[in-house]
Amino acid sequence: MSPRPWRLITALAITAAATACTAGNQTTTDSGPKAEAPQTIEVWHGWSAPHEVKAFEDAIAGFHKLHPNITVKLVKGQDDTKILNAIRSGTPPDVVSSFSTNNVGQFCSSGALQNLTPYLEKDKVNLSIFPKAVQDYTQYKGNRCTLPLLADDYALYSNKALMKGNPPPKTISELTALAKKLTVRNPDGTIKVAGFLPSVTYYEHVPEHIATTSFGGQYLNPQGRANFATDPAFTKYLQWEKSLLDWYGYDNVKKFVHSMGQEFEASNPFEKGKVAMGIDGEWRTKFMEEEAPKVQYDTSPVPVNDDRQNTYGGGFVTGTIIGIPRGAKHAQASWEFVKYLTTNTDALVTFANGLGNVPSTIPALASPNLKLPPQFKTFLDVFKNPNSTTIPSTINGGDFVVKFQSFVQDQWEPGKVPDLQKGLQGLDKKVNDSLQLAGG
Amino acid sequence: MTASRARRRHRLRVLAFMSPWLIGFALFFAYPLAATVYFSFYRYNLFQLTPIGLTNYRFLFHDPYAWQAIKNTMWLVIVMVPLRVLFGLGLAQLLTRIKRGGNLLRAVFYLPFLIPPVAATVAFVFVVNPGTGPINNLFAKVGIHLPDWFNDPTWTKPGLTLLALWGIGDVMIILLASLLDVPKSLYEAAAIDGANAWQQFRRITLPTISPVLMFSAVTGVIQTLQYFTQAMVAANASQGNADQAGTTTAPGYPDGASLTFPQTLYNEGFQQFNMGYACVLALVLFVVAMFFTLILLRQFHAFGDDD
Repeated sequence: MSPRPWRLITALAITAAATACTAGNQTTTDSGPKAEAPQTIEVWHGWSAPHEVKAFEDAIAGFHKLHPNITVKLVKGQDDTKILNAIRSGTPPDVVSSFSTNNVGQFCSSGALQNLTPYLEKDKVNLSIFPKAVQDYTQYKGNRCTLPLLADDYALYSNKALMKGNPPPKTISELTALAKKLTVRNPDGTIKVAGFLPSVTYYEHVPEHIATTSFGGQYLNPQGRANFATDPAFTKYLQWEKSLLDWYGYDNVKKFVHSMGQEFEASNPFEKGKVAMGIDGEWRTKFMEEEAPKVQYDTSPVPVNDDRQNTYGGGFVTGTIIGIPRGAKHAQASWEFVKYLTTNTDALVTFANGLGNVPSTIPALASPNLKLPPQFKTFLDVFKNPNSTTIPSTINGGDFVVKFQSFVQDQWEPGKVPDLQKGLQGLDKKVNDSLQLAGG
Repeated sequence: MTASRARRRHRLRVLAFMSPWLIGFALFFAYPLAATVYFSFYRYNLFQLTPIGLTNYRFLFHDPYAWQAIKNTMWLVIVMVPLRVLFGLGLAQLLTRIKRGGNLLRAVFYLPFLIPPVAATVAFVFVVNPGTGPINNLFAKVGIHLPDWFNDPTWTKPGLTLLALWGIGDVMIILLASLLDVPKSLYEAAAIDGANAWQQFRRITLPTISPVLMFSAVTGVIQTLQYFTQAMVAANASQGNADQAGTTTAPGYPDGASLTFPQTLYNEGFQQFNMGYACVLALVLFVVAMFFTLILLRQFHAFGDDD
């Protein structure tokens, strides 16, 4: 090939790089029209079911009264990829909301979403209205580029009939004893009714809902590197998980789990009365109401390891986030919208009632207008408990969680790890290599 | 002078006629390819570009997930592609022999191909589920226990292959058309000479339809190297839990058995925001696809001798 086409290719590549680097503009708190000016803001969100869309519309009704000059155009069914592409192309919406707290590190570190601290300081918003775990998952290394918009947390559901009068367990040893006591087997040893399934393949029994909450595992060390081999909490969690799994028999658990329906179907084994205790999100209360109204159940905080009884009452917390993209054309009006939606008690309570989610501020939790089933109280308490935890933000999303889950599910549970310490060291290396590649 | 001007004018005319293709080629192939090469030397998260030399390329050699994905994809290329061509050919051959109801059967065998891949995969995973699937339950009733297809790492790729054979309609219809195009007179002459069915197939059918077989193999290899949707949907559907806020799922469930190369690429680019490394993976995929295509084309003597 003559050199000319290469020159063309190089020129094209440089153009591509240049356009990629300069997409969008950093916006400040004073950019765009003033919040008082008549304008329309475009808000992208991930909800799509009709009742969800209606809940959002109901939640912002108060905003229209407060700011009649700002017209809000809601765009449903958006995800992080579409959001990132829109910001990159330089034509972002004014406000974006995402279901994934895992990507906060990327949103904040890349500058895709604006740092909200100047706005918060300007309007003197007191961040203590958000629980500590929520404050953590909405920022990355001090850059608060998102605020929380409703939340999810996790607790232990127990089927009253299958519990046979036993109170919900508070410690891991109580949970283990009760799991064995309440399990009913078929004549061939397979599981008919499970007390508590320890496997990470059982829906919400993923490591982040147990390993950190119950055992206190810290995924990353202060240097931001993987901590699985160093933190003894993970070893304790894994050894407990495997010992209970082996009591059931790995094949029995596998058969039981894989012969059940999907998590969000009416055939969910907790709803069908095949599982006595299980960890699940607050949304299950709504499912129980609609799909299994006859099942009597209780909720309580997730049991903690015996050496951590002082932390009982906490749980895993995560939620939807909202922010202002860089390059947003109506930044000041967008901030008014974000501030209203994330801090106004009425808006949050209306939205939480519509979706069956946890309102994300402490004042909203105490609102008498919350119309949720009595079992929901546990989730409200877990949410504001200072022992509640979340996962740290990293530059490459939730990669360390994914790799840990894969290690537990595919290597540890089937007994493919002869030396746990060595296995965890290998896991640390994989996580750190990926973090390093991403620039973390 | 005049001759040279005429030649130049002729060239311009040719270029003008070719320009729609040239523009398309430059915009949708050359530019993306050049950009992919360029970004492969950078750490790129869609917003920030940091030059890192060959780091992305070096990482590939020590990335266990990429190598697992390469192994899985090669397994599918080596097993699934020949089986799809053979099965499609067998089915097409049978359909040429059926006198009554042939049209109806053609439609029946073609129908699964028309189902969108996501729906087809979800349905397939459901019907072979060991607990709730009607097919596995039916076999269990007669004492045959089918594998836990999409939850057992050993059976995941065979399960995906079965799914591919179920949706064989595209290959079958092309091969059927080519079989019906083979001149009947050749078979009649061979029969008079005493050739049996196998000899007729080996000496007449195969050579006549070999370009179509080659087309099926080449497109099959390219499709399989880009195999993504079915593997991803099967993994998600068989896991039973939903991908939502606060929960995460590892690609390639179970134990990386369904992790294909394009899934690794997607995971790196759009889940971990390593667009630079994803570009390296895309280039590897491009080179491998080109390599296989050239090998197959050479194998089938598609180049050269005819003209």
